[in-house]
Amino acid sequence: MKRIDHAEASSHFIAEKENEAFHDKRLWDLRMKRDGQRDDVPEWSELRDLASAIKEHTLTHLSDYLLQFEENAKKNGAYVHWALDAEEHNRIVHEILADHKAKTLVKSKSMLTDECELRPYLARRGVDVIETDLGERIQQLDDEPPSHIVVPAVHKLRGDVAEVFARTLDSDPANDDPHYLSEHARITTRPYFLNAEAGMTGGNFAVAETGAVVVCTNEGNADLSATVPPLHIASIGIEKVIPRTEHVAVFVRMLSRSAVGSPITQYTSHFRKPPDGGELHIILVDNGRSERLGMEEFWTSLKCIRCGACMNTCPVYRRSGGLSYGGVYSGPIGIILNPTTDMRKYSNLPFASTLNGSCTAVCPVKINIHEQIYQWRRILSEHNQLPFVKKAAMKVSGRILSDPKAYRRTLSATDAAMEHLPRFLLYTRFNAWGKQREVPITPDHTFHAWYLKNRGASS
Amino acid sequence: MKVALFVPCFVDAFFPEIGIATLELLERLGVEVEYPLDQTCCGQPVANSGCQDDVAGVEALFVKNFAGYEYIVTPSGSCTHHIRHHFDAIPQTEEVTQVRERTFELVEFLHDVLNVDAFPWAAFPHKVGLHNSCGTLRGLRHASMSELGEPFFSKPVALLSKVEGLEFVKPSRPDECCGFGGTFSIFEEPVSAKMGYDKIMDHKNAGADYIVSADNSCLMHQKGCAERMGVDLKFIHIAQILNGDSA
Repeated sequence: MKRIDHAEASSHFIAEKENEAFHDKRLWDLRMKRDGQRDDVPEWSELRDLASAIKEHTLTHLSDYLLQFEENAKKNGAYVHWALDAEEHNRIVHEILADHKAKTLVKSKSMLTDECELRPYLARRGVDVIETDLGERIQQLDDEPPSHIVVPAVHKLRGDVAEVFARTLDSDPANDDPHYLSEHARITTRPYFLNAEAGMTGGNFAVAETGAVVVCTNEGNADLSATVPPLHIASIGIEKVIPRTEHVAVFVRMLSRSAVGSPITQYTSHFRKPPDGGELHIILVDNGRSERLGMEEFWTSLKCIRCGACMNTCPVYRRSGGLSYGGVYSGPIGIILNPTTDMRKYSNLPFASTLNGSCTAVCPVKINIHEQIYQWRRILSEHNQLPFVKKAAMKVSGRILSDPKAYRRTLSATDAAMEHLPRFLLYTRFNAWGKQREVPITPDHTFHAWYLKNRGASS
Repeated sequence: MKVALFVPCFVDAFFPEIGIATLELLERLGVEVEYPLDQTCCGQPVANSGCQDDVAGVEALFVKNFAGYEYIVTPSGSCTHHIRHHFDAIPQTEEVTQVRERTFELVEFLHDVLNVDAFPWAAFPHKVGLHNSCGTLRGLRHASMSELGEPFFSKPVALLSKVEGLEFVKPSRPDECCGFGGTFSIFEEPVSAKMGYDKIMDHKNAGADYIVSADNSCLMHQKGCAERMGVDLKFIHIAQILNGDSA
């Protein structure tokens, strides 16, 4: 698989000046709103500790809580399936749909189904899948993956949406009024809710003690997807289980505040039983999570509640857009999740970070995201996944910097031929520095030379 | 008090005046300073690229140069952060951990160790935007972080407030990374430059004449951006202001 070239993709994103400026501003606004909401909760810091502790406890007793969840969900009348990977998940979904002769599936937002590439799988088997979250719907109609885990079409301006809707939903191409556009999406989506034979949701939390699946949305589309059709399929990553209902309160207080700076989502729905006269199927999906749980440096990434706060605050993400990361998950959390699925393909991502640490500081469950990004660089190097030029440059640098004489020779050679110095200090692709920046002027002497001249006698 | 001065590679090569200001300032404050002549670099660029094997020799040399000193002081937050938090390519002997624990960035050394309460020789009658590098802000905890909503504190502000005539301006995103990021500035050039440009405009719009920082690597990047943009902003390391260097 070809390596994702984040730098190259980001240059195209930045070239669309209006989009980039809006993207940066919109997401920074979310970060500011998040700060405001945090200030309204004096015990924010304790909540983060608590949320982190609940997740770490659950993850270190994961099999127990999963079995408890399964037992209680079955008692509630739900069918529970276990899927080892994406392929098995998709097959299970298709089998359930085939059993019910379902040809149309309305679904709410679920990163997990994107991870499993469920939509194309079902499309190939003649099932029409309709995304009902507005942002997801826009992305589906434009044949693009979501660029953000909470606001999937945030990289698009309203004019872009008007263009997509005019092309696919026959709206007025000249009308980019957001109210008009969302109403148009609503009117064209509503018949699918009424006619679909099956509905699908993800799940923000799976409560072990009750067997309930908790789904948080703002548009109510998950509730319609789950309750209008007679068949509800809920796909949930195994890391989403939490022990008790009271724990939901801890996360719900943080989820929407962290995500978009609102106190709570419009809908927080607890699905326990099948729809009247219908069926509820819950699929518990591993797809690499058990393996990640066994990785000493990275297992805590499973604490993630998918709020997207790390993306909103990330200065690199805001200026490169989610699609530049080339994977299901983008931004800081994507950098640490994606390489667990394909180390080579995503080997550039851990370098698409300045390691500034803002992501770690906003994370409601206290994942040390930027430290994990740093750790990934070590792992990639150990697995020979650094580009040859970079690895070679580091080898040479390491050799020179561990030898004072060689180091001084390199610097003094520079006095004669200045261009060697930046190349030595800044490694490769030297021209990259000067594309949009001036190169620093090399002074007449190094500090070392000044010191020898002025203080040499005393040392 | 005997202190070893660590002058990072890029300061040594590009900004000797910052090394000189640091040395002079420490001496003004009565500190006996030694500059081990065989020093090179802390190894951060190599380690940040993930190359632990390649950086081991650099770390061993660093320890050889700086072992035994009561304090090791450097005018670079990012190098200090690296040494304190990531310097583990070699076995963590007592000597190594001691060097790591005794390495201080200049601002924290002045603020936390020397408790300096006046810089009577320093005046800086200019409008200044403070750039807290990410290494100092979130790594060394120089100042309160906007993400956490904690009560305000800032070691660099506390020190600079003692300088006559200096006036702070307030950028709208004071905590935002400037996009330098070491080798990030090369390998992720498009985003790096865009972040730099945005940082420059934020300080310029706030009315700054100077951007001051404890990390000159960030300033090297920002200066390069400002010059290319044609924006009239000047850049100065905090050591130079506190030492009373004329602007």
